[in-house]
Amino acid sequence: MSILIDRNTRVLVQGITGRDGSFHTKLMLEYGTNIVAGVTPGKGGTDVYGIPVFDSVKDAVKKTSPNCSIIFVPPQFAVDAIYESADNNIPLIVVITEGIPIHDMIKVKNYLDKKHIRLIGPNCPGVITPDESKVGIMPGHIFKRGNIGVVSRSGTLTYEIVYQLTLNGLGQSTAVGIGGDPIIGSKFIDILELFNKDDKTEAVVLIGEIGGTDEQDAAEYIKTNFNKPVVAFIAGRTAPAEKRMGHAGAIIAGSEGTAQEKIIAFEKAGVKVASLPEEVPKILKEILK
Amino acid sequence: MKLLEYQAKEVFKKYNMPVPEGYVCKNIEEVNESLKNLSFPVVIKAQVPVGGRGKAGGVKLANNDREAIEKAGNILNMSIKSIPVKKVLIAKAVDIKKEFYISIALDRRINKSVIIASKEGGVDIEEIARTNPSAIIKHEIDPFLGLREYEARDIAYSLIEDKIIASEISKIIKSLYEVYIELEAQLAEINPLVIDNHNKVWVVDAKILTDDNALFRKKFLEEYRDMDYENPYEIEAKAYGLSFIKLDGNIGNMVNGAGLAMATMDIIKYYGGEPANFLDVGGSSNPQKTKKALEIILSDKNVKSIFINIFGGITRTDDIANGIIWAYKEIEINVPVVVRLTGTNEEIAKDMLRNSGLNLIIVDSMSEGAKKAVELASK
Repeated sequence: MSILIDRNTRVLVQGITGRDGSFHTKLMLEYGTNIVAGVTPGKGGTDVYGIPVFDSVKDAVKKTSPNCSIIFVPPQFAVDAIYESADNNIPLIVVITEGIPIHDMIKVKNYLDKKHIRLIGPNCPGVITPDESKVGIMPGHIFKRGNIGVVSRSGTLTYEIVYQLTLNGLGQSTAVGIGGDPIIGSKFIDILELFNKDDKTEAVVLIGEIGGTDEQDAAEYIKTNFNKPVVAFIAGRTAPAEKRMGHAGAIIAGSEGTAQEKIIAFEKAGVKVASLPEEVPKILKEILK
Repeated sequence: MKLLEYQAKEVFKKYNMPVPEGYVCKNIEEVNESLKNLSFPVVIKAQVPVGGRGKAGGVKLANNDREAIEKAGNILNMSIKSIPVKKVLIAKAVDIKKEFYISIALDRRINKSVIIASKEGGVDIEEIARTNPSAIIKHEIDPFLGLREYEARDIAYSLIEDKIIASEISKIIKSLYEVYIELEAQLAEINPLVIDNHNKVWVVDAKILTDDNALFRKKFLEEYRDMDYENPYEIEAKAYGLSFIKLDGNIGNMVNGAGLAMATMDIIKYYGGEPANFLDVGGSSNPQKTKKALEIILSDKNVKSIFINIFGGITRTDDIANGIIWAYKEIEINVPVVVRLTGTNEEIAKDMLRNSGLNLIIVDSMSEGAKKAVELASK
């Protein structure tokens, strides 16, 4: 088992003919992802690496029955792409696009919740279940099949930590990049709930950063409901207040959202917090001994 | 982007909110000129993009010309949280019978916008939340319906019994919501909203925080970017697709990805150093970007060593190595540079750097690189 995606997931790529869309379609195909269709309005009837391109999600659904969509559309058009997939009842939407305005995301998130559609991202590296399927932009070769669930607000920092896990023989069940924006489709708690029910996942690595209160909420959830060990890493201990640290959501507002308060919340919940990325596999090995 | 108080007040005025007459001044001549239009008492307020002005002595009352000029001069010469004050707002002082807090803000936890109001104003809302949480009213705004008239009325009535004043406040809440929507703000705040002794309502302090992701369709917001306070290198970096923030330390660093960049700052600190910046070069391995990043880091004369930390996933580390070698040809690099490249094509990349004849310190891990950069900076 795994969460969210596996070898049977039928993937639709929205924005498949764009620079990023086509590049990552190639890499996902090489990884073994079951891509069934692409959509770019106006480019229907063509193909990208042998994948048929449709003008609309409606057409793609009719002909190829995808159950997951990945979106590479630029921010001005990404919101429409999300609604298009949602209105065609695709149950899982992964949005790679960075730069979607907050006011748009408020509406998107509330709309999708009403329709019970799961959104991952935006501004995220996607989801990977090693050796089965990659719906995202992460470098596939650093991942290894195994029992550690990974959930993270970041991209390259996730790769750094996953690489350390793999070097130490700790493979991953599924790794989920939930995204670095203030409003995201799935928060830490949403993904932890899935890992809780997944018998393949024995322990979880949670990679958080400054801004917001999702880590604190996750700590509370872990304390009361989560029955597997969790190791956390929080980036931004040295970040100044009131500055957006690259990610739109990584900002300490007033005195809220500091790394310190997140670390304290985890420690109170009995979650070990690594001080350095390289400590993550060491702590995990201790716990799983 | 955070608007300064005077900018937020200009916006509020456009939306017919009652803002006391005031003028922004950069020097004593302008202060003198402004005083001709105002009656005493006046309040002089430092205009800086950080909170805590009052506590730092950046807000003062004055009862005559002499006092006003002296106090404005003092404030214009001070720094608040190490930011030198470049301008002050001189405004008609309002006498205070009652103070309220009203804001519309993004609530990340529930993915909605909320109205927050309190009968206690004039102090930090976080402070009220700690000391008297029951004084705070929080109301969720339906994202599809927007703020409805009766909701604004209800909040106004819960703040004050006087029906005439409540109707004034209700209007202000509606205007505040219009501003929040029009500017695509994350926060539009009035603190305090004051009732004076004649029962008139005034917006005495104002704050607006916008969303940089909305700038592409709200181009007019660029006008509020105050070059007196922006770091020119941060602006230049943005033009090159780099995300850069200057800090106070002496170890420069260049990293791909925001999370890894923060973790790199943290690890420098962990090994006893102080990061000089945050710098995310992003996903592309364009050599132009690598060169620009190094130029910007070196523009800070405090920098004693540089740590380049790249995890090549999609980014090819040999492309980054090319960029570094090219940067050495184009610009003068006179501090030691520690390079850690891991991931795609790392062996090729390391060989390129070793064979370049450049004085680079090549390391294999993030920890090793941070330790080395800290050691070199303290020499």
